[in-house]
Amino acid sequence: MFLALRELIFARGRFALMGLVVALIAMLMVLLSGLSVGLANDGVSGLQRLPVTSLAFQKNVAKDSAFTRSVVSRDAVATLAAQDGVSEAAPLGTTLVNARSGRGLEIDLALFGVEPGSFIDPVVATGSRLGQAADEVVISATAAESGIELGDVLTVEPLGTKLRVVGIMSAQNTFGHVEVGYLPLRTWQEIRAGVQPGDAVPARVYTDVTAIAVAAEQGARVDLAAGDNAAGTTSMTKQESYGASPGYTAETSTLQMIEAFLYVISALVVGAFFTVLTIQRKQEIAVMRAMGASTRYLLRDSIVQSVVLLVTSTGVGIGLGLAAGAAISSSPMPFALEGGPIAVAALLMVALGVVGAAVAVLRIARVDPLIALGGNR
Amino acid sequence: MTPVLDLDEVTLLHGDGEDMVTALDHVTLSVDSGQMVAVVGPSGSGKSSLLAVAGALVTPTSGHVSLGGIDLTTATRRQLSRIRRERLGFVFQSGNLIPALTASDQVRLPLTFGKVKNPRDPRALLEEVGMGHKADRRPHQLSGGERQRVGIARALVTRPHVLLVDEPTAALDRQRSQDVVALLAREAHQHGVATVMVTHDHDVLHHCDEVYEMIDGKLVVTSRA
Repeated sequence: MFLALRELIFARGRFALMGLVVALIAMLMVLLSGLSVGLANDGVSGLQRLPVTSLAFQKNVAKDSAFTRSVVSRDAVATLAAQDGVSEAAPLGTTLVNARSGRGLEIDLALFGVEPGSFIDPVVATGSRLGQAADEVVISATAAESGIELGDVLTVEPLGTKLRVVGIMSAQNTFGHVEVGYLPLRTWQEIRAGVQPGDAVPARVYTDVTAIAVAAEQGARVDLAAGDNAAGTTSMTKQESYGASPGYTAETSTLQMIEAFLYVISALVVGAFFTVLTIQRKQEIAVMRAMGASTRYLLRDSIVQSVVLLVTSTGVGIGLGLAAGAAISSSPMPFALEGGPIAVAALLMVALGVVGAAVAVLRIARVDPLIALGGNR
Repeated sequence: MTPVLDLDEVTLLHGDGEDMVTALDHVTLSVDSGQMVAVVGPSGSGKSSLLAVAGALVTPTSGHVSLGGIDLTTATRRQLSRIRRERLGFVFQSGNLIPALTASDQVRLPLTFGKVKNPRDPRALLEEVGMGHKADRRPHQLSGGERQRVGIARALVTRPHVLLVDEPTAALDRQRSQDVVALLAREAHQHGVATVMVTHDHDVLHHCDEVYEMIDGKLVVTSRA
């Protein structure tokens, strides 16, 4: 402590420069984390908020596009509901459409067809839940932010089906970067089949859905394979199903790769800085070894130094990142700050930096104190 | 009375095979409390090796080194660290001070390495070596002689039994060399420190009690007070 703090003050220019680099990396981490959480929310928040544990799709459907391709008979609901550990099962339909509000506002909608009263029928923050009428729709909170209001009538293009906004959910519900609108399953089935208002509807339109939503009993483990065998479906857990939503895997894996590189780079930068710093102190450390300083003393000294530097600059960087993030959040860019990932990133960065510093010092601490005698300084 | 520092038939070999160099060749040297001895000799004669062996930095190939009755050749790494901290003082060429520390912090530094029994007061010691008025200066703000004085104060703060001094006047002019060596002799005599000084500066030898000459690893007495 004695030497560590005095050296921090003495070489403040050098440490400030390094601190700036660490702060900028930390800031970049916060922004990237916000962007990846924001993108994930934009992609799958509609799925995250479904109170389900797994989804059963058409047998052997392509894993990365199940939501657009899967067709399952709603008869599977009863079979799946009867499986051990399943508390509820209900049909779910998903499809992406273009719609236009009565005031000319164009909006892309992910229509989620559910049976009113089933366990996936959404709760609303304002307005009312889906009722008996066929033309009702409940929309995401973010759709309301972009200008859709209660009582607006949305016309689905090009069919002309009219939907009345009766409720708005409390949180963001998006799917594939498109606002989610919940509507009665029968209406969804008509839209999906391309039925225009006034057409005669064949009965088979009402048999097909996209997937069966399944909720397990509290704490129970459901044997998904057994259910699939019985119902002729392919199940994915809720987590797995995110990968089946449009673009999700591509976006998140790109960002995860960038984040992983950032971690590696920051570890190398911080480690290299402390290595160079320690090598510059070689003579000094040899002198202290000759004077009787133990390896533990030198190590503790160096770790105090790196912890002070890393914690301060990471803190500053996170502060800057949060400020910049607040500014970005008010723009249309998908961005959401979450404490967890930021805390993990910060801890990881401090830990990697301390390890870099410790390794550098341990290598130097083995230095021959004899150097102190030979030096011409 | 037994000497504080005792080297008995110490031999140190460097390298191996054809390149084998005999740095120390059956060197025997005893230094008593309060005695100041000088070792002179040309470069490469083994003077620095003598300090390294006496300072527990290098274990000799054969022979024994004892410091206050403890055999350094059989002590563990940890014991050596402790002996260096509590019983030994080093004065290096041109001071070898820590750039970040002020003169008074330089002197306090050895006391932070571990518990030291009955240390000297850093402030008073700095006054004693004539550096009290520059206690807040860092090494780059001090002259060569001033740095050397701070280095001496740093070596003495733990009340070492033995002080090992390596070419203290290498970077100093004539008058400053006299002052620095006179200071070392005074400290040795007043505080009973057994002092070994390696030098090639013959003008400062009159301050010392005994003078040895090192030639090709062999140590011979040239004058005795």
